[in-house]
Amino acid sequence: MERHEYDVVVIGAGGAGLRAAIEARQQGKRTAIVCKSLFGKAHTVMAEGGAAAAMGNVNPNDNWMVHFRDTMRGGKFLNNWRMAELHAKDAPDRVWELEAWGALFDRTKDGKISQRNFGGHEYPRLAHVGDRTGLELIRTLQQRVVALQQEDEELHGDFEAYIKVFAECTVTRLLKDEETGAIAGAFGYRRETGDFIVFDAPAVVLATGGIGKSFVVTSNSWEYTGDGHALALLAGAKLINMEFIQFHPTGMVWPPSVRGILVTESVRGDGGVLRNSEGRRFMFDYIPDVFKDKYATTEEEGDRWYTDQANNRRPPELLPRDEVARAINSEVKAGRGSPQGGVFLDVSTRLPAEEITRRLPSMYHQFKELADVDITAEPMQVGPTCHYVMGGIEVDADTQAASVPGLFAAGEVSGGMHGSNRLGGNSLSDLLVFGRRAGAGASAYVNDLTRRPVPSGVEEAKAEALEPLERTGGENPYEVHHELQRTMNDLVGIIRKAEEMSEALQGIEKLKERAGNTASTGSRIYNPGWHLAIDLRNMLLVSECVARAALLRQESRGGHTRDDFPTMTAEWRRRLLVCSAAPDGSNVKVEEQAQPSMRGDLITLFERSELEKYLTEDELAEFDAALENAVKES
Amino acid sequence: MGYKAKFRVWRGESGEGRLEDFTVEVNEGEVVLDIIHRLQATQAPDLAVRWNCKAGKCGSCSMEINGKPRLGCMTRMSTFTEDETITVTPLRTFPVIKDLVCDVSFNYEKAREIPSFTPPADVKPGEYRMQQVDVQRSQEFRKCIECFLCQNVCHVIRDHEENKPAFAGPRFFIRIAELDMHPYDVRDRRPQAAQEEHGLGYCNITKCCTEVCPEHIKITDNAIIPMKERAVDRKYDPLVWLGSKIFKRSS
Repeated sequence: MERHEYDVVVIGAGGAGLRAAIEARQQGKRTAIVCKSLFGKAHTVMAEGGAAAAMGNVNPNDNWMVHFRDTMRGGKFLNNWRMAELHAKDAPDRVWELEAWGALFDRTKDGKISQRNFGGHEYPRLAHVGDRTGLELIRTLQQRVVALQQEDEELHGDFEAYIKVFAECTVTRLLKDEETGAIAGAFGYRRETGDFIVFDAPAVVLATGGIGKSFVVTSNSWEYTGDGHALALLAGAKLINMEFIQFHPTGMVWPPSVRGILVTESVRGDGGVLRNSEGRRFMFDYIPDVFKDKYATTEEEGDRWYTDQANNRRPPELLPRDEVARAINSEVKAGRGSPQGGVFLDVSTRLPAEEITRRLPSMYHQFKELADVDITAEPMQVGPTCHYVMGGIEVDADTQAASVPGLFAAGEVSGGMHGSNRLGGNSLSDLLVFGRRAGAGASAYVNDLTRRPVPSGVEEAKAEALEPLERTGGENPYEVHHELQRTMNDLVGIIRKAEEMSEALQGIEKLKERAGNTASTGSRIYNPGWHLAIDLRNMLLVSECVARAALLRQESRGGHTRDDFPTMTAEWRRRLLVCSAAPDGSNVKVEEQAQPSMRGDLITLFERSELEKYLTEDELAEFDAALENAVKES
Repeated sequence: MGYKAKFRVWRGESGEGRLEDFTVEVNEGEVVLDIIHRLQATQAPDLAVRWNCKAGKCGSCSMEINGKPRLGCMTRMSTFTEDETITVTPLRTFPVIKDLVCDVSFNYEKAREIPSFTPPADVKPGEYRMQQVDVQRSQEFRKCIECFLCQNVCHVIRDHEENKPAFAGPRFFIRIAELDMHPYDVRDRRPQAAQEEHGLGYCNITKCCTEVCPEHIKITDNAIIPMKERAVDRKYDPLVWLGSKIFKRSS
């Protein structure tokens, strides 16, 4: 069996994984990057809008505190506030660093990085390149890896002396040291050959992204099967906030084969508006109380905001994503949808054609080629699509360390940062900020080790991976996958009810049995049927966590909307739901954990009147005390 | 609305293979990749194909459709007639691993041969100042999604395995051009290097690469031709030649 020794193994080669690997290598660690696709193809390339960082290039009033406040509001105050703080503080440096590695962002008139408006961000904040920012980001990081390899080649005569990419390689188990219970490596297979591969390493960074492939309508690619979530859970780590899933308000709805593909929020950030079949800009009817004073109440004011932000409030099309997605859902249910079951998103009457093709080139291209729609001349039809999971591996904010020694996580696979709902643009900055922190955290952990851990469980992992190929006459894994996608989409989707989620959990139990009886025909060489049969374990495990946590949380907040508990309650804000499981994936448990109180200097960044909408009386008393302290100290 | 289409897909591994016939359902609005996926789910679960975004952004699902290099996700079924047999084969320029999946490692090796972006030592992150007009030229080349269709179609290597060691290919010519036009790149990128070390001289401007580029990057007009012109200017302009002899760089 192929076997490699490294200091740090990074699983996933999207933005978070590459940034973590670059950091580990820069700190002198021998680093492996293991990814399911080819190098440079990860899901990050699909990010369109930009990376949020309070650089203040377009509006000088912006700073980390404003960004922090926006992030907390967007997450409905459920966020891990320390992560939100670090994120807001670190993001500008992480974006600027990309420029020194060759990234070419769009510019302001005075030559700085241009920043665009996005939902929930008070000021123009997203560094971007047209609507292909994710591609720029991943290519820059990919080219940075290559630059480091060139350095190593000059010094050591080997491009791969300190950093190597294992492309098209899937990890199916994390390996632990039996004696200490610490991480000792990873086990997987090469997709191209079906051969097994063992990584012997004291630190593993999970950067595997999300879980969208458990839903039918999703903007996510095949890679998003919740691998990192499941690997961590099976290794004894915990998942937090799994009930919160972001349905992006604007996915394509037609033709059916592209249903769910993302339509960037930049369309609205740059002036696009949402209308129902009656031609009404319906978002004005859906401004929730907590945001009433921050959004325009008339079309005229909203339109003026694009040119004069100091004297006008932003249009409600730019509310956080959860609000817009629910509003679209309600309009369609009320019979005011577009012919193909969405609503209209129109930029054609708002900007000149050439401006649209300059600012939104890939949207123009995507609609023209896939739907025969010219977005410079007619409106698009859009509807909600499963886009992002706020929940993920519970980690330490500063180092991204999980509860299992040697395990780290960054990006979408980690949880806490975004609370109950992520703001657009906060994902690309998240993966840069916490990718770097995870790489640094893993390096520091390795430095402090006194002995290398010894991996165990290789034979068991091998047997588990081979099962689907050894079974004959079992079920087609594609059928099981489709059934899971329908179950999650219909029963644990954008609007949830207790009985439907219970039904989903029963369905998942049955699907687990069926998944355990799938058979894959063909050889081990590049066999997608076999790969899917293996991935099913992860999708089912993560889906169970989502459904169980969602059933427990009896309120509506961010990416979790309960038809039977439609309001947000301060009591539930203090409670975080944490999932754990046995090493064989059985016995999935969800337990409540108290949300730690926000540090005094952070909570006093908010007005009391705003906090009253979110906090309990006890917490408000804490706020008053913190404010008093602050006054005393000054 | 739906109909049954005739597909002929290349199947095989370890150097052996053949075209296999399928009859498969097609629905309104679908693309070739949808049909390949339907084959996987219903008739050929081990049919190998690469894909990721399904929206023309990642460049994974490169294949040859009726002999033309295309992205499977951006080739709509409505561009074919209902009685047409659609033949899908792997990229011809690279060794086949299985079915529609090729070994494209050639491209990753070439990527390492291009010297990386080299910023000036005295400009700190956050201090970069560039005008939009100055970044736009390089931004065109940075639209590249690395689908490698240009590499696949280029006749210099498509039919001439022996040229591969000396030829970086169109994808990497635009990478060189991009760096050359980057306002902050300080590395000496004389066009002769592209000409001699990366095989620009092999290109005879048939523009096949530009034609297949799904991002509509003007590879030939905006990258290759300007570099070739400069390489020629330098080589044959007697003043430049004299200058290069008198003020010969120490490197």
